[in-house]
Amino acid sequence: MNLKDITIGQFFPGDSIVHRMDGRFKLVLSFLFIIILFTADNFRALFIPCAFILMAYTACEISYVFIFKNMRPIMPILIFTGIINLFFVGGNEVLWDLGFVQIYLEGVRTCVFVIIRIVALITGMSIVTYTTSPITLTDSIESLLSPLKKLNFPAHELAMMMTIALRFIPTLVEETDKIMSAQKARGASLDTGGIAKRAKALIPVLIPLFISAFKRASELATAMECRCYRGGEGRTKMRQLKSSKIDYLVSVLMLCTLGMVILVNIA
Amino acid sequence: MCRGVVKINRVIQTDELTHKYSLGTPFESTAVDGLSFSVEKGEFIGIIGHTGSGKSTLIQHLNGLLKPTDGYVIINGRDIWSKKVNIKEIRFEVGLVFQYSEHQLFEETVFKDIAFGPKNMGLSQEEIEQRVLDAACAMGIDESWLSRSPFDLSGGEKRRVALAGVISMRPTVLILDEPAAGLDPQGRKTVLSKISQYHKSSGITVLLISHSMDDIVKYADKVLVMENGKLHSFETIEKVFSHSHNLEKIGLDLPQTTKIAMRLKEKGLDLGDGLYTVSKLAQKFLERIGKV
Ligand SMILES: Nc1ncnc2c1ncn2[C@@H]1O[C@H](COP(=O)(O)OP(=O)(O)OP(=O)(O)O)[C@@H](O)[C@H]1O
Ligand SMILES: [Mg+2]
Repeated sequence: MNLKDITIGQFFPGDSIVHRMDGRFKLVLSFLFIIILFTADNFRALFIPCAFILMAYTACEISYVFIFKNMRPIMPILIFTGIINLFFVGGNEVLWDLGFVQIYLEGVRTCVFVIIRIVALITGMSIVTYTTSPITLTDSIESLLSPLKKLNFPAHELAMMMTIALRFIPTLVEETDKIMSAQKARGASLDTGGIAKRAKALIPVLIPLFISAFKRASELATAMECRCYRGGEGRTKMRQLKSSKIDYLVSVLMLCTLGMVILVNIA
Repeated sequence: MCRGVVKINRVIQTDELTHKYSLGTPFESTAVDGLSFSVEKGEFIGIIGHTGSGKSTLIQHLNGLLKPTDGYVIINGRDIWSKKVNIKEIRFEVGLVFQYSEHQLFEETVFKDIAFGPKNMGLSQEEIEQRVLDAACAMGIDESWLSRSPFDLSGGEKRRVALAGVISMRPTVLILDEPAAGLDPQGRKTVLSKISQYHKSSGITVLLISHSMDDIVKYADKVLVMENGKLHSFETIEKVFSHSHNLEKIGLDLPQTTKIAMRLKEKGLDLGDGLYTVSKLAQKFLERIGKV
């Protein structure tokens, strides 16, 4: 099983400028990045956020190799959108005529454009998770959502749920591995046969997995109760979120990027 | 590798078996390092070694769950990774029981769970039934349990059901990863003595990983000691405990009896080396008392 090889959403501890940025800023700026990416409506404009990503990867001291590693799990999406655009975007100039379908120059263009956009989106958003620990990330989300607490929105509970979920992903992956090995040792074939057969073969893995997950959940709930956990009210944090000069500088830089993209769009 | 002269009663043979985890990444680590050993039919082997010494990694090679990075695994005279061999058949020949095996239970009834292995072998209904009943009997599982849900049983009972689930495949080799871990003394004794009885009655080859020297001494004929992924020694019980200070040197525990003998020696009563069973110690002690 290669669940462990997926790098999207993983955290790489480090001490670069980007690592030291305030998590809240990183989250808000990643949304700004999406806006920039979707504002760009031609190749020249799209070049600007792409250059920005390369700069950001250099700044957070993460190898460009990860840009390619991220591509693997989203490959099906890329191929699917690519093919849809290639075949179904109409235009004036026919490049190839395959009889049942024509491929236009515009189609090829849109196809490449959309693929670059998706890749830029994934690699750009990954920077946040690469450089922010899951705990800081959920703290930041809680902090950003806390104005909504006045409207009875359970911001703290939501953040706590995310923290717990993130904490248990590696545990569950390990557990799945173990249970799969145990059932394989009893002759279960988990990786052969058609879809229906494979789905049925998963039952011996899923049932023990669910049982242990529920057991873990109830144990955790008891443990939290024993420590008098009662939600976010009046709770203080060991690590305070602090913004610094870098955060404001990067924000200004991003706004400038947005400005540039708009200018190139118009030009 | 001289595969031509494999003796037929040699059920397991490994040759320079090496396993590296996370090969080709910065996290690469060698868990098993150049292990060569062989096990004869009907032997009861104890496997010991401190935490992380590679015991669990080693045994997962013996039924083909892990593929060696280097080296060979030969079961009943066949190289299990050669193209001609169906790895699934090897898994029926070499039954592997994992640590905390009760976590693998999933069926509605104990009967169905024990039948999972035989069913995967594609046996007839009567044959399956016969094997389930035999395995249940061997593990001391009451027939009244068979229709109950495995999740209603106690920890020790679940463990025995999981063991029966492997025994029901009638493997020629049974490998157990700490089958008694986390059980109370009574539960430990039941599980281990059932395994020992089954070993004696069926002539099966058993490999048992345990952290308890006392259990190993009580049941095993030979001991395979691992240290940091390497084979430290593979000798008969007598030999291993005749130089017990070697075991202490690599951080392993000694049987209670041996410890008592060593304490007595420290206090000035030297009864000799290699005392690992109560009866041997008592005999020596009485001899000495009689002389004095
Ligand atoms: N899935 C894995 N991925 C990477 N490394 C692993 C994996 N499983 C085990 N290891 C490493 O391999 C080494 C040997 O582990 P193994 O589980 O075989 O030890 P062990 O002797 O069974 O220990 P224990 O007595 O605690 O069960 C350890 O250093 C461990 O960290
Ligand atoms: Mg182990």
